[in-house]
Parts: sequence; structure tokens; C-alpha cells
Amino acid sequence: MANFKETFLNPIFKGNPITVLVLGICSSLAVTVELKGALVMALSVTAVTGLSSLVCSLIRKTIPNRVRIIVQLVVVAMMVILVDQLLKAFEATYPIDKSLSVYIGLIITNCIVMGRIEAFALGNKPLPSLVDGLANGLGYGMILVVVAFMRELLGSGTIFGFQVIPDCFYAAGYANNGLVILPPFALILLGCIIWIQRSLDKDLQEK
Amino acid sequence: MNTNSNIYTVVYTAAVVTLVAAVLAFVSQSLKSKQNANEKAETISQILDAAQFDLSGVEGNAATIEFFKENIGSVELVRVDGTVADTLATADAEVLSVSDLKKQNYAIAGKGGEVAIPVYNFKNGVSVVSVYGQGLWGPVWGYIAFTKGTVNIVGAYFDHASETPGLGGKIKDDPAFRAQFAGKTVDYAGTTPFAIVKGGAPEGMTNGIDAITGATMTSKYLNIAINNWLEAYKAALNKPVCCGECETKTEEE
Repeated sequence: MANFKETFLNPIFKGNPITVLVLGICSSLAVTVELKGALVMALSVTAVTGLSSLVCSLIRKTIPNRVRIIVQLVVVAMMVILVDQLLKAFEATYPIDKSLSVYIGLIITNCIVMGRIEAFALGNKPLPSLVDGLANGLGYGMILVVVAFMRELLGSGTIFGFQVIPDCFYAAGYANNGLVILPPFALILLGCIIWIQRSLDKDLQEK
Repeated sequence: MNTNSNIYTVVYTAAVVTLVAAVLAFVSQSLKSKQNANEKAETISQILDAAQFDLSGVEGNAATIEFFKENIGSVELVRVDGTVADTLATADAEVLSVSDLKKQNYAIAGKGGEVAIPVYNFKNGVSVVSVYGQGLWGPVWGYIAFTKGTVNIVGAYFDHASETPGLGGKIKDDPAFRAQFAGKTVDYAGTTPFAIVKGGAPEGMTNGIDAITGATMTSKYLNIAINNWLEAYKAALNKPVCCGECETKTEEE
């Protein structure tokens, strides 16, 4: 079971796909203006990475080597379309799906998904593959939520759409920061998170 | 078994793709009705938004539809000559979906079918018309609200399928763009009924607004969509609001 624990915890901290491998940062810049969208995106990616890894691992011995990328792509595309269809079907998630617009469909191109299938799922049993996929999705999602939290708080003064910065602050001259809403700030924030993580974890520092 | 033989590869990929297609088709079919219900509620809330109703207390699909039913007077499908081809049942909150608008867009362009475009008449004296057209990457559509019987715009709402977020997507996401429509008019005597002008409408122009910076093409295509549809609505919008008596008189003249 120790192995499982490591498979699960490694992608969340020491091998985090965004802060350590710097994969899939495109969408982490684009969908982190609001927490709600970031949370749905995080869960969607987690579901896609987990299920795609599981399915690819289940059929790993039957996949012809020459077309393995194509088969992986078909499996990933199926999962992404399923997630998109489900989000559209529920009343609560429909508006969020609309606001995420193309980015849900673009999960297909998220390097984490294909990367984990190629690097892990094709060489491991289904259960560890599922855990690895889910953990990578969660590692990605965790950073997404942290970035979105900071951006929504500083950029709009809200959390999950609820105003948290009191009106008296605005009356005293406080203003929401417009730069925080724009994608460049997400990159700056991501840089800061990587900086903090590397200064805390000696193993990640280059000699 | 040799998983690298040509026959195996071809049969395997064909089987995988067929299986995936079957799963997706099944899921799509079984979720269709729920998705349509969400789309309908969204269309209704966009029409209400264009008509400047305050929707702050209205949450959820059911409440939106109920709000629409309370406020709608009649929904007419008008022909290009301004006559009413059909009416929609307000009790069922029937509206034309985006795919219906697409068919009407073909009809307006003269590519088949009869033109019967919707006019939503609200009880508070606001009439909302639809527009639809090709955007930069996919369709764009929207709703423009008028004071009933006039060409004075009170509000507008636009939506799109796949315009670039932050650029062309601003036709939906930027309230400042939509707010420009209020107070403008449609000028059927001018070169075009309405104009989205790059760099801003010249002073004194009452039927033009500023385009979106960084979204020249989306602005241009939206302008074309608006004008195509406003031309089709020309007779319906110019029709004077009056009692039965004066309608007879107009016909006699």
C-alpha cells in the first residue's frame, strides 16, 4: 500500500504537473479568473486523466504499438466529450460550461493527460494507473484553485462570486486590480508558487 | 497474438473507433432533452436580459421560464412584408432556439424556406427581435430590444459559439459593449440600418456604436448579422402600433 500512497502523493507535491513538470500551464492561465470555473475545470481534468489512464491501462496489452498514440487520443477525446456533454446536461454546471467555452474541449490537448498515459498507464496495472491519473488531475487542480483564489480575490474582490472585501474598503479608496484579471498575472503568480515550492523543498533545487 | 501485424492494427483501430462512436452517440441521445431544456432557459434569460428586465432574484431554469411567462404578451413570427405568419404559445414559454434562428438565417439569405422571424412583445411595451449570422470562428446571435412600435433601441444581448475569449468573446462578456446599444436608433433611410464602427461612431450618428478593440473581424461579422436581420424586420418594425380602425385606413390609402 506504501506504493499506492507514493503514486498518489507524488504528483500532488514533489512531481506536481504544473509547478514541477510545468505541463498544462496554458489552461491554468486561461481559466483561473474565477474560482467556480477553475474548480469545474479541475474536476473535469481529474476525471479525464483518471478515466483515460484506467481505460488505456486496461487495454494496454492489446494496443498495436504503431498506432498507440492514435488509440490514446481516441480514448482521451471520448472522455472529454463525455465530460462536456454531462456538464451541458446539468442545470448547475451548464452556465459554467458555457463560460469555460472552448477550454473544456481543449482538455484533449492538455499535455498532462497524454503524458501520464504514455509515461505511466501503458506500463502499469489498471488500479495504480487510475490512482496516478486522478492524482495528476488533483495536482493540476490544486494549483488551479490556488491561482484562481488569488485572482478572484484581488481582481474582483469576490470568492465563488460572493463579495468578501467589505464596501468600506472601497469607500476608503481600495480598488480591484485590473492586472490580476489578465493572463500575464496568472503567469507571475504561477512563478511565485514555483519559487515558494522550490525554496521549501531542497530536492527540487538544481545544483 | 502478433499485435503489430497490419491486419490486426486496422481491425483494432476500426473496432475502437466504432465502439467510441457508439458510446458517444448513446450518451448524446440520452442527454439531449436535458441539454435542450438548459438551452431553452438560457435563450429565454438572454431575451429577458436584452429587454432590460432585472433578473437578479431569478435563479434557475424553472424560475426564469416562470418570469418569462409572467411578462410576455405575445410572440409573433413575422414575414419580411411585416405580416404575421404564426404565433408561439406564451403559456408554454415557446421561443425560437438558436438552431431555429440558423434556419431563418438561410431563409433571409434566400436559400430556401419561408421567413418567419420572431418578435417577442412584452407586457411592459418592449419588443425584442433576434439576429443571427456567421462570426469569425462560428455563429454569433443575439437579441435587440425596442420600444414597441418604434425603432428606438432599449437594450441588446449577444452570444456566440466559438469566438476568442477576451477578444471577440466580448460581444457577450463585456457589458460595456452591450450597454452602447441602449438609446440608439435604427435608421432605415441610411446606408445601413445600424453600424458597428471601428474607432467609434462619429458625433451625431444615432445608429452606430464603437466596435471591439482587438476583435475587428467579429465586430464586422456581427455588424453584417445585425443589418441582415434588421432589414428583414424592416416592415415589422415600421408598422405603426394602432387600433383596428386605423389599420383599415392605412390599407385603404
